[in-house]
Amino acid sequence: MGFYEKYLQFRDFDFESFFKKVTDNDVLRIIQKDGVNEMEFLALLSPKGEKYLEPMAEKSQRLTLQHFGKIIFLYTPMYLANYCANQCVYCSFNVENRISRKKLTLGEVEKEAGIIAGEGIRHILILTGESRKHTPVSYIKSCIEILKKYFHSVTIEIYPLDRDEYKELIDSGVDGLTIYQEVYNEKTYKALHLKGPKKDYGYRMDAPERACMSGMRSVNIGTLLGLDNFIKESFFMGLHAQYLQNKYPGTEMSISLPRLRPHVGVFEPECRVSDKSLVQLIIAMRLFMPRLGITLSTRENAVFRDNLIGLGITKMSAGSKTEVGGYALKERTEGQFDISDTRNVEKIKAAIYKKGYQPVFKDWQNI
Amino acid sequence: MKDKLVIGGRELKNRLFIGTGKFSNNRIIPDVIKKSGAEVITVALRRIDFGSAEENMLNYIPEDCILMPNTSGARNADEAVRIAKLARASGCGNWIKIEVISDNKYLLPDNFETVKATEILAKDGFVVLPYMSPDLMAAKRIKEAGAAAVMPLGAPIGTNKGLKTKELVKIIVDEISLPVIVDAGLGKPSEAAECMEIGVAAVLVNTAIATAGNPAVMAEAFKLAVKAGRKAYLSGCGTTNEFANASSPLTGFL
Repeated sequence: MGFYEKYLQFRDFDFESFFKKVTDNDVLRIIQKDGVNEMEFLALLSPKGEKYLEPMAEKSQRLTLQHFGKIIFLYTPMYLANYCANQCVYCSFNVENRISRKKLTLGEVEKEAGIIAGEGIRHILILTGESRKHTPVSYIKSCIEILKKYFHSVTIEIYPLDRDEYKELIDSGVDGLTIYQEVYNEKTYKALHLKGPKKDYGYRMDAPERACMSGMRSVNIGTLLGLDNFIKESFFMGLHAQYLQNKYPGTEMSISLPRLRPHVGVFEPECRVSDKSLVQLIIAMRLFMPRLGITLSTRENAVFRDNLIGLGITKMSAGSKTEVGGYALKERTEGQFDISDTRNVEKIKAAIYKKGYQPVFKDWQNI
Repeated sequence: MKDKLVIGGRELKNRLFIGTGKFSNNRIIPDVIKKSGAEVITVALRRIDFGSAEENMLNYIPEDCILMPNTSGARNADEAVRIAKLARASGCGNWIKIEVISDNKYLLPDNFETVKATEILAKDGFVVLPYMSPDLMAAKRIKEAGAAAVMPLGAPIGTNKGLKTKELVKIIVDEISLPVIVDAGLGKPSEAAECMEIGVAAVLVNTAIATAGNPAVMAEAFKLAVKAGRKAYLSGCGTTNEFANASSPLTGFL
């Protein structure tokens, strides 16, 4: 059974009636208890839950401290290419968008790697647009060979792969996968992904599971916040993370919380996810899955990111560029989205220390 | 008679071992070690950044301490062995704390894989201290495999719940002729004392110290508790009774 069967259990669930039944006492009781089940998680995400952010945050902070310590892990993304075969209405890399397209040569990958590693970064996340033709697995492998010389951990955020392809990349040195479902609501998914292989909702949904089956050390999933109803999407993401964690306990699970940012194109989000809602999601996730990694990217602004340290976040990107060749090359391309936190690694490091936490650059070593 | 703890041929004066993860700043570590008096310090190889002067945790550990790298991140015996060998090749010495965890939900160790890794590494000349779930049969296998000590958990890592496994640990203390070191789960100094009172040889503490309001002071509190517990054990703890013992017993005239 894949996660889709779990999704179907709740696809037609009457969320509104459930929310009406959630009482203040329910929320308070859930916050106090050890272990939160899926319906309790939904109650924490509910409008009623929003009234109790402070006690929820206190519990979230305690659990995060207990399981991760006073630590924030850091990484940096590197865009290898922005060629894409898909037409996703919300993304700058959309095949229909007339942006300049680029793929790094191996020499350019090395230049970018040198600059990023020089900042002290030891974990790199490599990204591409979703074009097998322009960035085949063989190209990714060649890049990994170079990146291994500069970084202790190489993780990927590329188009979904078959199980044996994930295994191939693991054998060549990849230890983590990031892949977002983007939107769990199947109807919305179909409406927003107009063309290209990404139209296949099920293949994408099963990608993290295929990676787990291949022995991927860490898997990070997410939903693009703003594409559909915030609470329902957050709930499905939580269920997906829990499903994978229970079935593949050997894989370290984490989630990302990307809110839609300005991009090339005219798409307007279905809903605006407020800061308050994002905090509610982070702390509800922490209560639901105490050992879950929670990643926050530079999509969010510096002040908000600093305030989130200590509430449940475990990993942050630093010094990020979302353009291909953004670190070393003079030639400019459009980024996938706009960066909000533009601080360099040193500044982010200082901000983490200021909050009484330690920025950790190395948390794995290719063995 | 002198109360000696000898592991891997090294005589240790202090029975509190310290972990180095979870601190808000590596710069705190030297003071924590000093106040705790700890001689054995564990560091996850996955976290050691040998190429960075500032981030390299080893720079914060005094040279006279015994470095005990651990295999955190290993999901099976093979990975644990590879991490251990990498640690030794990187100059971290030949002590190794085996951690094999294939369960990221509860972080409980895999005793089967731990036995396998112990056997390989002990034969290869390592001083092997395996972290384990407190199971007597597994402890016996670990001893036969050549371990220098056994390290049963008091409660799951990071939970600060205390010595929840007391009965099982006590059986291991009674039956295994190796130093038994309770590792993981201890949240308060009194719980460290409780371990020592039942005859545990030493305890390893990380989360409770690293996440304390004042880690150095908490480290000292643990040191004192460990000493108190050990003294209590050596002196022979009094028995507990279900009923009060009258100081003028009814049958005192007999």
